[in-house]
Amino acid sequence: MSSFFELSLKGLQTGLRDSSFTSRELVTDALERIAKFEPHLHAFLYIESEPALRQADEADKRLASGDKQEFPLLGIPIAIKDVLTVEHMPATAGSKILEGFIPPYTATAVKRLQTAGAIVIGKTNTDEFAMGSSTENSAYGLTHNPWDKSRVPGGSSGGSAAAVAARLVPAALGTDTGGSVRQPASYCGVTGLKPTYGRVSRYGLIAFGSSLDCVGVFGRSAEDVAIIFEIMAGPDPSDATSSDTAVRTTKFEKQDLNGIRIGVPKEYFIEGMQAEVQEKIRAAISQLESLGAKIQDVSLAHTEYALPVYYILAPAEASANLARFDGMRYGPRVNANSLFEVFSKTRGEKFGSEVKRRIMLGTYALSAGYYDAYYGQAQKVRTLIKQDFETAFKEVDLIACPSTPRTAFEIGAHAGDPISMYLEDVFTLPASLAGVPGISFPAGFDELGLPIGMQLLAPEFREDLLLQTTHIYQQATEWHKQTPPTFDAEKI
Amino acid sequence: MAIKYEPVIGLEVHAQLQTKSKMFCSCAVVDSVSETPNNAVCPVCSGMPGTLPVVNQLAVEYGIRVALALECQVNPVSIFARKNYFYPDIPKGYQISQYEQPLAENGKLNIKIAEGQKTIRVRRVHLEEDTGKLTHLNGSSLIDLNRAGVPLLEIVSEPDMSSVEEARAYAEALRDILRYLEVNSGDMEKGVIRFEANISVRPEGTDVLNTRVEIKNLNSFRALERATAFEIQRQEKVLEAGGQVDQETLGWDEDNEKTYSQRSKEDAHDYRYFPDPDLPPLVVDKAWLERVTATLPELPRAKNQRFMEEYELTAYDAGVLTAEKAVAEYFEAALKKLPENISPKSLANWMTGDLFSLMNQADTTVADLKLSPEALAKLIGLVAKGEINQSTGKTVLVEMFSSGKSAAEIVEEGGLKQVSDEGFIADLVKQILGENPDAVESFKAGKETIINWLFGQVMKKAAGKANPNVVRAELDRQLKEA
Repeated sequence: MSSFFELSLKGLQTGLRDSSFTSRELVTDALERIAKFEPHLHAFLYIESEPALRQADEADKRLASGDKQEFPLLGIPIAIKDVLTVEHMPATAGSKILEGFIPPYTATAVKRLQTAGAIVIGKTNTDEFAMGSSTENSAYGLTHNPWDKSRVPGGSSGGSAAAVAARLVPAALGTDTGGSVRQPASYCGVTGLKPTYGRVSRYGLIAFGSSLDCVGVFGRSAEDVAIIFEIMAGPDPSDATSSDTAVRTTKFEKQDLNGIRIGVPKEYFIEGMQAEVQEKIRAAISQLESLGAKIQDVSLAHTEYALPVYYILAPAEASANLARFDGMRYGPRVNANSLFEVFSKTRGEKFGSEVKRRIMLGTYALSAGYYDAYYGQAQKVRTLIKQDFETAFKEVDLIACPSTPRTAFEIGAHAGDPISMYLEDVFTLPASLAGVPGISFPAGFDELGLPIGMQLLAPEFREDLLLQTTHIYQQATEWHKQTPPTFDAEKI
Repeated sequence: MAIKYEPVIGLEVHAQLQTKSKMFCSCAVVDSVSETPNNAVCPVCSGMPGTLPVVNQLAVEYGIRVALALECQVNPVSIFARKNYFYPDIPKGYQISQYEQPLAENGKLNIKIAEGQKTIRVRRVHLEEDTGKLTHLNGSSLIDLNRAGVPLLEIVSEPDMSSVEEARAYAEALRDILRYLEVNSGDMEKGVIRFEANISVRPEGTDVLNTRVEIKNLNSFRALERATAFEIQRQEKVLEAGGQVDQETLGWDEDNEKTYSQRSKEDAHDYRYFPDPDLPPLVVDKAWLERVTATLPELPRAKNQRFMEEYELTAYDAGVLTAEKAVAEYFEAALKKLPENISPKSLANWMTGDLFSLMNQADTTVADLKLSPEALAKLIGLVAKGEINQSTGKTVLVEMFSSGKSAAEIVEEGGLKQVSDEGFIADLVKQILGENPDAVESFKAGKETIINWLFGQVMKKAAGKANPNVVRAELDRQLKEA
């Protein structure tokens, strides 16, 4: 075998348990692939080699001693988006303002994976503070799409999506505030889950829009994603917004979609979207139907307002969330003559332009005299968007639609035009505002060979339904098994 | 003719809640004066990225206690909000507070004033977190985050006070309540209660609302009183001179005893309050309210009233004995052990007189007394039964206070037991009269007050142990017979 990463996460679990290979071999392979492909991809902001190998040796000892039942991820390397903290590893959030910051605490989601035996081998690239749809806003350089180096991997979790697509790691964590897991999953041809808001603890997730931020997972199949998701999910006393609702374990026994009602919202098939995307998503919906699902039209009437609502609420929250980066306690400080000059110079020089744009937008939306017209009004419309979903889910079990209007765009395509960049997220924003879970998975390719992502949305806390349905689709199709040509294991 | 002015005063009181841990993290609440700086700090209260606040339930409960004691309506759902501003002492760049929908609203507090009592309305009671502490030293500034995130309760009154005295009475009454509820130590020197005064003045008897100023960071009753008085005078002078008071935020210069401008209206902050998305709405259900109500202690005013009615104490005694919860509890504990024939008034006299003066001299509190309420009751019992006389009793109290020994022990060891034996006393009286024929002559000549001097001589001879009633009776008898 040329690379272990031809195997699924499940396959890796079995192989390690059967002693077909060791964790050291696995981690070594991952590090070798990273060394080989990173110069072309730049998916990582930080790579941890030696400590990862030491952990692999420990995992191998445990595996040999038979002490492995409680550690489902024992010896398996994963990557973490650099907006999640891992004790003793740098956490930059893709920003110069956190350069050199090493947090003394680990995000709950990551901690749970480590407790299950996973080995964190690195932190992946992200748009600065997860603000962006292309990973071009990283202060540490952009990430390339493994399917086409001249294109973006999507964002903001572009590093994690690219790392999984290029088979550098079997799974990686991302975060999704307005589509930052589903959109890059779609662009990179991998499976990406954004759980229900509150399903996975946000503790240790460097906040962007606190009422929207979700920790999500990238994997190569629904089955792999489910393994990671179920370990991370569940209440956390350190996050007051985490939910006590019991986590539903996905049952993968079912082979068909009999009895599943899937709604198709007309608002997600719009003018200006790429024809091939529309075509392939319609074909995928037909496939779901042929697997037994009942397909029907639904309406999510307030969809068109999701973008303006999101670009008021998320920046408003961000303007407060990012106030702590003042150069006083951690991160770099630009010295000046007065206190407020230190604040403004540090923030002025260390934040990137998109971050500053959103801080200004958000500050404005919360200002005296404007609050009601912007923040207050946006909250009301957010409620309407949420109600759209509640109404739709009275009639259907799931909603199927495209993840993005187009396939991955070329690097620099939206430079200088933030609105056109924001439009890349129109299909992912509504579910974020509603707090419902969504998954994106490969459903075909366009004529350039770029992956097309299908999005399924479910009612709150029904990630099991998303994962199960995606799994059934993936049993019947081969899209998710395609490897980016450049990163095909045979070509190492 | 000069116009007479009256002040209109409202107070915002920030009271630290004496919980073990901070408002939104598990860091210990430490003494902000003595603790090493930055010793009680964690990623949450130092505002590190990715960390989240979790509400301290005990702090909420303390807040509810105060709200109920002030007869507020506790909101079934209240909202934590972010108050945004930049300063090095607020690590997150915002303070978590409450804005719309505070913990409780519409309460009141009755205060004692010269003319009787007055009701001051309480507008709102809300929870928030304290800031850190900055120290400026040789051109640089040091920050201590021990206090950052300590729970605070902000109690905002309506502008119902119309004199410095009323403002002080309100502040003191509130302090007493906070201590009674055991939610705040009342230790003003440690800054656990801080005041902000809103002040305007207007022609007396009108209901004009003139421009008000806000004086921040008044950390003692004295500062509150002086600053308020200063500001009222300053505003009166401005108005008398035909000027206008500017709306501004003032500081209080303790050393020079004057207010100074910190911020004008134009520089006023826009705090951009909005609901904190990290904290779900705070729900206080009926069951919780009932639980807290059940544990609510009797409050100072109710206790004061009861002491006057039930124990027939004077307003003065009741006031002194109920000013502190611990003192009132000591009184009632002693009362339980007191023989039935002794009046509560007599116990009150022992406490407010001798015991308090001993405590004052030694600068000690009821909590530190070596003398238990039972021991005090026994001492009073001994005096009442005549086993020792009143003045011996006082001497014994001094000894009990310093050594903690029981009255019986001290009486036994010192041989202080009162002598009531009539034969023995008759002999003493006879002896004294024999030694002082001049005095006896004076008495006979009509100078009856000389009897007090003779009484003193007898008591002196008896080393204070003779029963004074028997001595007086015997003196009377022998003098008349002489």
